Amino acid sequence: MAIRAEPVVVNIGPQHPSTHGVMRLRVSFDGEIIVDVEPVFGYLHRGSEKLAEERNYVQALTLTDRLDYVASMTNNQAYCLAVERLLGVEVPERAQYLRVIAAELQRIASHMVAIGFFLQDLGALATPLMYCFRIRENILDMFEMLCGARITVSYMRPGGVYADAPEEFWPALDKFIANTPHLFDDLEKLIVENEIVLVRTKGTGVLKLESAIAGSISGPVLRGSGLPWDWRRADPYDIYQRVQFDIPVGQRGDNYDRFQVRLEEIKQSLRIVQQCREQIQPGLARAELPFILRPPAGAEAYGRVESPKGELAFYMVSDGSVAPYRCKVRSPSLINLTVLKELLLGSKLADMIVTLGSIDINMGEVDR
Amino acid sequence: MTRALPGQELSLKLKERFPSAVQSWRGDSIWIDPASIRDVCCFLKEDKDLDFNFLNSVSAVDYIDHFELVYHLTSLNLNHSAVVKAKVYGRENPTVPSVYEVWQGADFQEREVYDLMGVAFEGHPNLKRIMLWDGFPGHPHRKDFEDVVKY
Repeated sequence: MAIRAEPVVVNIGPQHPSTHGVMRLRVSFDGEIIVDVEPVFGYLHRGSEKLAEERNYVQALTLTDRLDYVASMTNNQAYCLAVERLLGVEVPERAQYLRVIAAELQRIASHMVAIGFFLQDLGALATPLMYCFRIRENILDMFEMLCGARITVSYMRPGGVYADAPEEFWPALDKFIANTPHLFDDLEKLIVENEIVLVRTKGTGVLKLESAIAGSISGPVLRGSGLPWDWRRADPYDIYQRVQFDIPVGQRGDNYDRFQVRLEEIKQSLRIVQQCREQIQPGLARAELPFILRPPAGAEAYGRVESPKGELAFYMVSDGSVAPYRCKVRSPSLINLTVLKELLLGSKLADMIVTLGSIDINMGEVDR
Repeated sequence: MTRALPGQELSLKLKERFPSAVQSWRGDSIWIDPASIRDVCCFLKEDKDLDFNFLNSVSAVDYIDHFELVYHLTSLNLNHSAVVKAKVYGRENPTVPSVYEVWQGADFQEREVYDLMGVAFEGHPNLKRIMLWDGFPGHPHRKDFEDVVKY
């Protein structure tokens, strides 16, 4: 006779290193198997959307740094695109190139964090993480040259970027382009064919493409399930139509595919940075705009970028005043968690941590 | 480039099927009667020429006399997009049908709109607060919200 037991309810988090911030997962277990999952959010809710309604358009930009604080540049970019569409202004070409360089460096940095902590979740403590942070550190140093900040950058502004890159930035970028492939090879050699990584990630956390599309999933999670959909290619913004890059996809949609897609995207981002470095021409780094921006009343815009986490968009509505009437954030981290339950049901406790790591969420963006 | 379907084109197409549901259109947006939003969304997804299989976002804007729900849609196969809106009147208990059955991605987004803007979604399987705790007074993204704690 089989013994039936009541499910055991376990709270993972809110203070737990593998929830990547302050999130709580209320998980019901039957033995070691997950039978129910309920994510509980809101521990980091700061009301950014409401705060933006009380600030002018440039001040509200600083709030976007604090959404996904691992990828501030792309948040700035999405916000600026939305405000520029409200105003109907053109961004100078050099500013667009500087934006794309900054955004792609940010993508590398964010994916390095994602991969590092993903491996950390697998039990590879500290060593691979430090390999990843070695690359990220160089990028943050370059951000410091660009704007004086490393994390909360506020580098991009409506109409362009805060200031043209300083002289010392370009040699640093050239050095980065030259050195990073070696550093990256070291990392790949260390992890990609590692037996434990393969066994733990292949076949776990499988996301079918149909559920990914129905669940509004975007970014590396969607591509890991096999659809080559990237907003940089599908709806190009800034100068993305002038650069060549491939869209890596997975076949099975498991944890390994999502991990592999991120690794490949880093190489593509390096390619984009290199092309921008070759194509960039002297020019203005910022359009001439008044300090206080007043978009026309009734204007609305949906500014969208492919952030490292997925489709990040700002839906902005103007009432003609100095502050946005509504500033809604379409946050990929929150929406990518929609399929969490489907991914986890029936899997084991140990795989739960890995699967959550492979979605790559950021609580600043989930809770806003 | 994602092609934004003009509101006129979309409204003509929808009027064949739902003569009374389309209220108006302007630019890329069309306004739909909130009562039929689920049926219209279902058609938008199922129709072969429209094929809106991806729900980008669900937003709500408070215009004091009404709430406007904004659905940004994209077809990943045909690479075109549309903006579908619905005006919901009443501040006490505004309710619209949920589109969860059409796109599961609406799950957390509708819960967020319910939590922060106070628009309820009929037919949502798990409609409860997502960011704030149960028992929080009011809905903070409304324009007339006043914080109970004075700083």
